[in-house]
Amino acid sequence: MPDLDYRQKAWSAALIVLFFVAWELFCLISGTSDLVLPRPSQVFVTLVEKFPILWPHVLQTLATTMIGFVLGVGLGVVLGAVIGVSKTAYDTAYPLLVGFSSIPKVAVVPIFVLWFGSGSVPAVLTALSICFFPIVVNIATGLATTEPELEDVLKALGASKFDILWNVGLPRTMPFFFASLKVAISYAFVGAVLSETVASNRGIGNVMMTASSNFNVPLVFAGLFVLAGLGVVLYVIFSVIEGRVTGWATRKNDMIAT
Amino acid sequence: MMRMQPQSEFQGTPVPGSAAPIAIELSEASVTFGRGPRAVPALSTTSLRIADGEFVALVGPSGCGKSTILRLVSGLVQPTSGVVIVGGREVAARALRVGMAFQNPTMLPWMSIERNIMLPLKIVEPFRSQFRRLRKTEFRDKANALLEQVGLKGFGNRYPWQLSGGMLQRANLCRALIHEPRMLLLDEPFGALDQFTREELWSILQDLWIAHKPTVLLVTHDLREAAFLGSRICVMSARPGRILDDSRVDIARPRTVAMTFEPDFVALNQKLRAFIVDARTASAQGAA
Repeated sequence: MPDLDYRQKAWSAALIVLFFVAWELFCLISGTSDLVLPRPSQVFVTLVEKFPILWPHVLQTLATTMIGFVLGVGLGVVLGAVIGVSKTAYDTAYPLLVGFSSIPKVAVVPIFVLWFGSGSVPAVLTALSICFFPIVVNIATGLATTEPELEDVLKALGASKFDILWNVGLPRTMPFFFASLKVAISYAFVGAVLSETVASNRGIGNVMMTASSNFNVPLVFAGLFVLAGLGVVLYVIFSVIEGRVTGWATRKNDMIAT
Repeated sequence: MMRMQPQSEFQGTPVPGSAAPIAIELSEASVTFGRGPRAVPALSTTSLRIADGEFVALVGPSGCGKSTILRLVSGLVQPTSGVVIVGGREVAARALRVGMAFQNPTMLPWMSIERNIMLPLKIVEPFRSQFRRLRKTEFRDKANALLEQVGLKGFGNRYPWQLSGGMLQRANLCRALIHEPRMLLLDEPFGALDQFTREELWSILQDLWIAHKPTVLLVTHDLREAAFLGSRICVMSARPGRILDDSRVDIARPRTVAMTFEPDFVALNQKLRAFIVDARTASAQGAA
């Protein structure tokens, strides 16, 4: 697969460039006002000009995202492990978890604001609550799907529950875990920004809200670009870690696919 | 290689009925799963003695409790009544130095074959405490020596998904033997393989047994397999199982696949078959 990757990457890069060029041309030809849709070149200029003002907000959003993410992962791993070790716990807790995860997190933000006031706390909590479920579900599923025969082989050798968890359960959960981390980091980011737009005076989300009420549309789009960039960077970081740690799982999938 | 030679605990003549010490003894053992009106009897009162170094094949209709006997011996299941003694002591929560292999080879996909085979060494003493320190290379040599014996020389660094079903099952046998178990418990290990691969693995298992002389308890559906491998064959009745017939196989070793078509062998097969057909009809009538 890595041999084919270069061509694939070249096409991806070309598509991104093409997208911006088409956008720029569309605005120029149709004469769209930059109050409606600014040209990408304008957005980039704004981005560079306003960067000193944007930067603290970027840090704010990153901080709330990461705190929410780390807490969410910690809580998710513990709860996922508790649920996944026992089949009964898994079956019992699953409906409640699905119920919780189905709640749109936008609806939860006002409750957090009610409890903790506006600012960083609701942003952290929203990020946490939104990124927490994929972790729980994936850890629990990974642990619950350990082959019973293998467990018997190890038990017959005198392996303790911990031995089995350490040698078999946890490693087998890793692909599920890292796949969920990738999803969770994006979710956490969405959660943090969401909360900032509703109730905060700091963060990229807030900058975009303020800019849009001032009709500073290029700045709104600059905020969007920053968000997209950060999202991609975070996703890539966790993809790289995933590839390093759980290469065996994707290799296996390649085999099945071919 | 040298470490894989039979150790003192495997030595002594494996001649059935001789003075060899008793390795496995079930006295009046029975197993019932569940309680009250929902209780399912899996094994009715069964007594069985297996000498050290014997190769016993358990055959019978499906669901007759063959696997339950295996699980009793390995300590995975406790007898509802009666006593199970393995290696001179009553089976408590866990048995000592047992190697197991099932139909599903369950190799861990994130480890090379070599490391998969070494897994029991991370769990069983005295290897466990030595694993982290000095002896890792020694253990690796040991794994590779076993791989060579089953015809997988040079496959130690491959990953499970790179091997065929037959190769995985060979690796599975290696994993069951790596910690030099006194007892090998096999639950239809070749059930999912094609005829030719299966016959090939019979010979490999026979060679391994001759080389290491563990006590083997093999559960199988395949009567030719039982007759080819077993020094003794126990035929079980339908559920709840009990032992209907217990006979020795006096065919010289090493046995070859060609021998399975000779009259003696065919006669033995037909005798076994008759037992199982009877057991099945009896249970069908009982159910009616």
